[in-house]
Amino acid sequence: MKKILSMILASVLVLSLLAACGGGNNQSSQNNQQPPADSSQTPDSGGDAEPAGSDTTIQVAALASGYEEAYPGMWQEVCDAFTAETGINVELICDKNLEDVIGPAMQGGEFPDVIHLATGREKGLTEQFIKDRNIAEITDVLSMTIPGESNTVGDKIIGGFTDTSVTNPYNDGKTYLAPMFYSPCGLFYNAGLFEEKGWTVPATWDEMWELGDKVQAENPDMYLFTYPTTGYFDAFFYALMYSVGGPDFYNKALRYEEGIWDTAEGQACFDIVSKLASYTNPVTPAQANDQDFTQNQQLVLDNKALFMPNGTWIVGEMAEAPRADGFKWGMTALPAAKSGGNGASYCWLEQAWIPAGAPNMDAAKQFVAFLYSDAACGIFAKGGAIQPVPGLTGSLEGDNKMFYSIYDNGADAAMGNFAAYNAVAGLGTNREAFFDPVNGLVNGSVTAEQWSGDFKAASDQMRANIME
Amino acid sequence: MRRSKERSRFIALCVAPAVILFFIFMVLPTLNVFRMSLFERGAYSPTETFVGLNNFKVLFQDAKFIASMQNTILLIVVVTAVTFFFALVFAGILTREKIKGQSFFRVIFYIPNILSVVVIAGIFSAIYKPENGMLNSVLSAIAGRDVMILWKDQQMVMISIIIAMVWQAIGYYMVMYMASMSAVPVDLYESASLDGAGRLAQFFQITLPLIWTNIRTTLTFFIISTINMAFLFVKAMVAKGMADVGLSFMYNQKDAGLYGYSMAAGVVIFLFSFLLSALVNQVTRRDVLEM
Repeated sequence: MKKILSMILASVLVLSLLAACGGGNNQSSQNNQQPPADSSQTPDSGGDAEPAGSDTTIQVAALASGYEEAYPGMWQEVCDAFTAETGINVELICDKNLEDVIGPAMQGGEFPDVIHLATGREKGLTEQFIKDRNIAEITDVLSMTIPGESNTVGDKIIGGFTDTSVTNPYNDGKTYLAPMFYSPCGLFYNAGLFEEKGWTVPATWDEMWELGDKVQAENPDMYLFTYPTTGYFDAFFYALMYSVGGPDFYNKALRYEEGIWDTAEGQACFDIVSKLASYTNPVTPAQANDQDFTQNQQLVLDNKALFMPNGTWIVGEMAEAPRADGFKWGMTALPAAKSGGNGASYCWLEQAWIPAGAPNMDAAKQFVAFLYSDAACGIFAKGGAIQPVPGLTGSLEGDNKMFYSIYDNGADAAMGNFAAYNAVAGLGTNREAFFDPVNGLVNGSVTAEQWSGDFKAASDQMRANIME
Repeated sequence: MRRSKERSRFIALCVAPAVILFFIFMVLPTLNVFRMSLFERGAYSPTETFVGLNNFKVLFQDAKFIASMQNTILLIVVVTAVTFFFALVFAGILTREKIKGQSFFRVIFYIPNILSVVVIAGIFSAIYKPENGMLNSVLSAIAGRDVMILWKDQQMVMISIIIAMVWQAIGYYMVMYMASMSAVPVDLYESASLDGAGRLAQFFQITLPLIWTNIRTTLTFFIISTINMAFLFVKAMVAKGMADVGLSFMYNQKDAGLYGYSMAAGVVIFLFSFLLSALVNQVTRRDVLEM
């Protein structure tokens, strides 16, 4: 009897210790990225604006991406500005590996109130929330007045940004994810080399192949193409679909329409990627992993590959890397399918969203609305993060100015993601099914027919499980 | 009588924290894995549907899972065999032979084991680099022409992983074998050499039988650690989808939103490692020799 009692006592001891550990952990992760002891107290910047009795604290989880690196403390500043405006306290979690920081607590049923984390990341956390219908609808936020301003959110967001599957994943006209930072994706190249050699940037794929043959003949170490990892093919392929087939084909393909890949346009997409694989620097797949992908990017800096698909963050990412003499970043949209056609560039759009299980729904919606205030946009812009709000691109300088002007130079903007589908065992993600085999195309372990065949089969299976 | 009761109570009290912790953090989660493998749900979704054994049925027809288990088995067999051989040889040399700087070598061999996998991945990224990488440069110097092996590409990817894993594991097992080898009484070797036994005969007739219990233990370690380390190496070193092993398959399924399915894979891998260890243990059973 006493034995049992002592066992119970011991277990209570252990449990209380664990509880203490758990609490401590939580605390430390929250304070991870911010000055100590500010979350529970009034932040100094908003000390006087804090109305008495505001005891709501929302938890905001934001990915610390390149923007945060360019302007450290960007998110904290926005949170402080929000607290100063509304009196609602914000507890910020800002981390590079956000999934690993907030994931475990969410599996235990504790959700942050607002999450800024885009789709298309390797861990696919946002996609999982979409598939589970676990995101709160925020259509009403669009008609909310921005705290501290007289505009509504919907007035401020540039038209078209809340119409695609990136923000309305279920194709029902309802918005679930707020469009945040956007950046054009395209092919990056050494503009200095093109000037030096007197080459023109190809406007069609035929010109592209010609250039590829020419550089190979001139210098066998120089190839037409490389890519960091297969993950960069999603933006590439979106733009490719748009430039080859136009908006109609594009939207059908995003919804895996039956027979869409058997059309001439579908086949053209496969042909271009397969042909591009044969023009790719052969070392690419060996370095197309999370450890070595910068070495593939280095190929462009060293003039060993002319083009690579990438995003505007590349300039900052490779800022310290050695480069060929006279190197100058250039970015172009994907070439047109035929001469006279338009090129296309995918508009990469990050999203902020509210988990359905968020404890402070109203405050969370206010926070999302506040993200579009002039104050917040200004702070984000300091880090180079551009929201779809008019007048922001004007403040850009240098390389970024050139990148964001890509749409002004006649390229079509492709927006939207492959439609969400219910997860099925053995099917995998869009990337696994569609783009990971591109490594195999380049190194010869997968033939073009195998790839397009598997692609079509996967597309059919996704259509069968599409979420409406 | 009373004393022994007190004694057992004291022992129970001492053991209790460990048992409770083990129960909460090992047994319960493991049971939970078994339970969740019967459900379908996303990792973060509040709802789950009972699907019975359907996850397992699909799993055994999933070509990707079968391929990743094949990779796992390949790694277990090759990494164990190669590491075992080199660890034994080095341990034998370092304990039995007089070599300058013995403890220096011991430290050098052991270092990889205390490095984190991320560091190892960084080191091997420099070694395997196709252009001007260490390995290709050495091979070029030997061959006298430009050797350009794409180590982490499809054709070589398993070999690259095996080399890195062996490099990482040798030191640990070497130190384990050295510990038990140095416990073998020296007079056994002396009398054996008086009887005319050579170095090799001594190794096979004396050293090996006397450290057999230790070897059996390490074989179980080999199986468990290879399954775990293979996942870390694959995740940190090579392109996604190029050389999936059992646990990385499991991880990918979770990221694809199939939590129950990935747990089913976890159950299969768990049972697999359990049964394989039991099997190896059974096969290597010998009468224990007393020193």
